[in-house]
Amino acid sequence: MSEGGISILLKAEPIFHIGSFSVTNTLLLSWVTVALLIVSGLTVSRAIKSVPGKLQNLFESFVEGFLGLMEPVLGSRRLAEKYFPLVSSIFLFVLVSNWLGIFPILGALGFFEGSGGHRVFVPMFRSPASDLNFTLALAVFSVIAVNVVGAKELGLFRYLGKYFNFSNPINFFVGILEFFSEFAKMISFSFRLFGNIFAGEVLLIIMGVLSPFLAPIPFLFLEIFVGLIQAFIFSMLTMVFIAGSVAESH
Amino acid sequence: MEQESVKMIVVGATIVLGTMIPAMAISKIGSSANEAIGRNPEAAPRLQTAMILAIAFAEALGIYSLVIALIIKFV
Repeated sequence: MSEGGISILLKAEPIFHIGSFSVTNTLLLSWVTVALLIVSGLTVSRAIKSVPGKLQNLFESFVEGFLGLMEPVLGSRRLAEKYFPLVSSIFLFVLVSNWLGIFPILGALGFFEGSGGHRVFVPMFRSPASDLNFTLALAVFSVIAVNVVGAKELGLFRYLGKYFNFSNPINFFVGILEFFSEFAKMISFSFRLFGNIFAGEVLLIIMGVLSPFLAPIPFLFLEIFVGLIQAFIFSMLTMVFIAGSVAESH
Repeated sequence: MEQESVKMIVVGATIVLGTMIPAMAISKIGSSANEAIGRNPEAAPRLQTAMILAIAFAEALGIYSLVIALIIKFV
C-alpha cells in the first residue's frame, strides 16, 4: 500500500529466486545475521587464551551474565549450563537480527523494480523480525524445543501424562487446556516479536518521511532498546517454559 | 458514511482501547511487584523475573491490537 510516497508492506519483498523458491530481503538479512554470529563465534573459539582479548572478554561476560540470569529460574547451575546453548542462541539470533535491521545504511541499499509509472524501490535488507514467517518459525521452534526438552527429561509417557491426565475429570480438562495453550504460546511468541519490530519499522519510516534530520534519533534509540528487550523476553520466556516443563508435575 | 472514514475511526478506536487496558494491567503488575519487593527485599531477583514475565504477557496483548490496527490501516 503506497500513499504519498510511503510504502509499508506487510509481506517481505522477494529479491531473487533460487528455482521456484523466492529469497526475500528479510531472509537475506537473517542469513547475514547467521554468518556474523558463526564468524565471530569461530574467531573467538579457535584462539581461546587464558588472558582474554577484547572479543573473548565480551563473550565471557555475556556468558557469565546470562548464566546468572538463568540460574535462579532453573534452580541449579547444572541445569542452567545444560540449557544455555538453546536459550542464548535464540537471544543472540533475535538480538543481532533486530540490531542489523535498524543499522544505518542498510535500508538504502536496493534496486528499482517495474517500469514507467510503477517503479518501486525494493530494499535489499529488511529487519527479519518484521516478517511474520521469521517470528512464526522461531516461535514454533521454541515451543517444540520446550516440549522435546521436557519429554527427554521426564520420559515420554510421564511428560504426555501432564497433558492427558485421566485421574479425574477436572485434571483431564486442565490437561487439554494446557495442550491447546501450547499453540496459543506459538501465536503469542510470534506476534509479540512481529508486532514490536514491525511497528518500530513503520514508526521509523513515518519519522523519516516527516522529519528526516535529527528527529529520528530518539526513535532509533527506542528501536535499539526495543530490539534488546524483545530478544531478552523471547529467550527468557523460552527458559521459563523449559523450567516449567522439566519440573515434576504437581 | 464512506468506507474510508469508517476505516479511520475504527483504526483509532482499536489502538486507543488496545493500549489503555494493557497499560492499566501493566501498572497493576508493576505496583504489586514493587510493594512485594518493599516488604521482602531479599526476594527481589525472583520477584523481578516473575514481574517481567507477567509484563511481557500483558504487553503482548497490547501488541496484538497494534498489529490489527496496522493491518486495517495499511492492508
